[in-house]
Amino acid sequence: MQVGRVIGDVVATRKDEALTGVKLLVVQPLDPERQPVGRAIVAADAAGAGAGEEVFFVRGREASFPFYPAEPPIDAAIVGIVDDWSTEGARP
Amino acid sequence: MLLAKIVGTVVATRKDPRLESQKLLVVRPVDPSGKIDGGFLVAVDTVDAGVGETVLVVSGSSARMASGMKDCPVDAAIVGIVDHVEVTG
Repeated sequence: MQVGRVIGDVVATRKDEALTGVKLLVVQPLDPERQPVGRAIVAADAAGAGAGEEVFFVRGREASFPFYPAEPPIDAAIVGIVDDWSTEGARP
Repeated sequence: MLLAKIVGTVVATRKDPRLESQKLLVVRPVDPSGKIDGGFLVAVDTVDAGVGETVLVVSGSSARMASGMKDCPVDAAIVGIVDHVEVTG
């Protein structure tokens, strides 16, 4: 899983039927200093997150598990909202 | 998922039988503002998208969960046409 910040949302009217009702958010991955790192991705929201919040998200096939038994075609899902995180001692 | 812009089509006569009658498009990843950001990839189209549109591309084994893609040899599928991206945060 990775930590990121929700920076926006995606509106798509025409989409895969299994995506109906799934909230799609734009997430910018963050480094331990909370700086943007890498390309922003679109993730399905499984945690009730909103713009500006720090979240953690899962990538890959497992991203659809929070929506079980539905199997939406998603490769990234927000599975938690971060209250606080620190990286003390994690850096050389 | 990635935001991407459709920039072309792929025509392939000889291909895996499971890809027959599937539309293959060339897409380029874009950032939330719509600026091209990265290389090219080929994605199978499941929502009848067209050149110039911004779309949502699902990658990896999740692409096989797109409508009609079960057990197909694909690792990128277009699953939505983006109306707009709202950057708020």
